[in-house]
Amino acid sequence: MNILVYINSSNHLAKSALEAVTYAKKIGGTITVVATGSVDDATLGTLGEYGAQKVLVDRSVATEDSQQVTRLIAKAAESTGAELIVFSHDLVAKAVAPRLSVRLKAGLVSGAVDVPNASGQVKVNVFSGKAFGFVEVKSAKKIISLLPNSFQPEKTGSACPVEAFDGAAGTAVIKVVETKMPEGEIPLPEAELVVSAGRGLKGPENWGIVEDLAKALGAATACSRPVADIGWRPHHEHVGQTGVAIRPNLYIAAGISGAIQHLAGVNGSKVIVVINTDPEAPFFKAADYGVVGDAFDVLPKLTEAVKKFRSTPH
Amino acid sequence: MKILVCISKSPDTTSKIAFTDGNKQFDENGVQYIVNPYDEWYALVRGLELKETLGGNLTIITVGNAADEAIIRKALAIGADDAVRIDADPKDAYFTAIQIAEYAKSNGFDLILTGKETINYNGSQVAGMIAEAMDLPFVSLATKLDINGTTARMEQEIVGGVQVVEANLPLVVSCAKGMAEQRIPNMRGIMAARTKPLTVVAPSATEELTAYAEYGLPAPKSAVKMIDPNNMDELVALLHNEAKVI
Ligand SMILES: Cc1cc2nc3c(=O)[nH]c(=O)nc-3n(C[C@H](O)[C@H](O)[C@H](O)COP(=O)(O)OP(=O)(O)OC[C@H]3O[C@@H](n4cnc5c(N)ncnc54)[C@H](O)[C@@H]3O)c2cc1C
Repeated sequence: MNILVYINSSNHLAKSALEAVTYAKKIGGTITVVATGSVDDATLGTLGEYGAQKVLVDRSVATEDSQQVTRLIAKAAESTGAELIVFSHDLVAKAVAPRLSVRLKAGLVSGAVDVPNASGQVKVNVFSGKAFGFVEVKSAKKIISLLPNSFQPEKTGSACPVEAFDGAAGTAVIKVVETKMPEGEIPLPEAELVVSAGRGLKGPENWGIVEDLAKALGAATACSRPVADIGWRPHHEHVGQTGVAIRPNLYIAAGISGAIQHLAGVNGSKVIVVINTDPEAPFFKAADYGVVGDAFDVLPKLTEAVKKFRSTPH
Repeated sequence: MKILVCISKSPDTTSKIAFTDGNKQFDENGVQYIVNPYDEWYALVRGLELKETLGGNLTIITVGNAADEAIIRKALAIGADDAVRIDADPKDAYFTAIQIAEYAKSNGFDLILTGKETINYNGSQVAGMIAEAMDLPFVSLATKLDINGTTARMEQEIVGGVQVVEANLPLVVSCAKGMAEQRIPNMRGIMAARTKPLTVVAPSATEELTAYAEYGLPAPKSAVKMIDPNNMDELVALLHNEAKVI
């Protein structure tokens, strides 16, 4: 089978790009990568180590313009005879993969968490992670958008050739007019460790103890919905069914009750630690480790313990 | 300004999720349907705010059966002017998007808004598919949207920050948190909704490209391990040695 993997990386190859190529390799076939973004040829060539046979790159395409990216991928799909196109399920994929599905009449599976099973069905999370489903794709051509952090990148080969490719993508009609990048914050959707707090923290002035722990761990910060709604924390930190869905390796929740809508956005976390004064808080049922205690007392103690751990070699 | 807001039904966020028919069907027993929160709170309310400042008309559209008229009336009560229901089971995202695109093509909308995803299938597919079927530009997961003349200015969250983008109308936008605040319909709105126009349109012939073959529920979590609040060294050691996450 001919598989085409789309990747879009600006400074370095994102882990999610390596995951997507590894995923294609696990499915098996002839793997071509089509790339946009500013990563240099030598770096793109290292995708060969993860299973790519060839990388086609068109750096003139504006990734914010989903029509341009769609034209590029459609042309690359045609020239490589791709029967399957793989994305990592990120912002660009969410704009481009549905377009490509219509353009190629190829059924789209969004947020795949596994390779297709023996019947060709692909597992995805549904109902905000409360259940899973197996999607059957009825069309001959197929598109799979892989949920980040579902597969670890695996090196199996050596560097591959990189070729310039003219995607005939037309002109961009969507323009980036400004980019705001706050310094020193760890972006939440990509974070492997997350420290989160809720209404139990009582006010925005108390977030120092949350940030201290996050800093000691190298973690991103998150919060429950009411905390973002009352303006204690910025909206982009709101996790849950109606905020961001995250799947870090470690999620530490302090002063969050664990309402069903909150759990729906964090239940993909590998390990959950809950700190709450109320031993009956529903969050404990979803936790791996629980601490019944006052966040104002426990968080600083945990921060000290993490600092001690980090300062000794392991 | 003519605005079209696509709404979908979704089970109430507290619904117990279960399946029937050998795990092939979602069990609707006892499930209360609501307007998908992303469609209602962000797409619809931002659409209404734009209509209120710029003038014009806001139409809501859904692909669904007669039973879905309850969510249509809710959206009308919040403030939409009129509604369209394409009389079909929304089989998959492709089928749904093509139905909406077919209707929208012949009705000249300046702006088509959707929520960023539904909370039942979480696909984030319909808006991009509508855009492609209509050959329109599309901005996904916008957290802000302003219109100045024929130009739309939007913000999107990117890894590590925010990007501000511009595009000309007509345009398709999927809406995420940050766009607007939830509006609770008042009594007048609820009364007015009863008489607002609702057009039922026959579906166009379209196939579907995907189907759910089977569902399942995740294995229950093993019991939580409780740690003494005065022994955070133990928690750190467990996270390192047992859970292997730090
Ligand atoms: C349609 C819909 C969608 C929703 N979507 C989301 C969503 O996406 N994300 C989300 O988070 N919520 C969502 N909610 C809201 C959700 O139902 C809960 O109301 C919310 O998650 C509660 O936030 P909380 O846990 O911070 O606050 P609370 O429920 O008030 O809980 C505070 C917790 O802190 C504990 N506590 C108090 N003091 C301390 C202390 N000193 N130390 C330690 N613990 C302490 C308390 O015991 C309690 O458990 C949604 C609701 C609806 C209806």
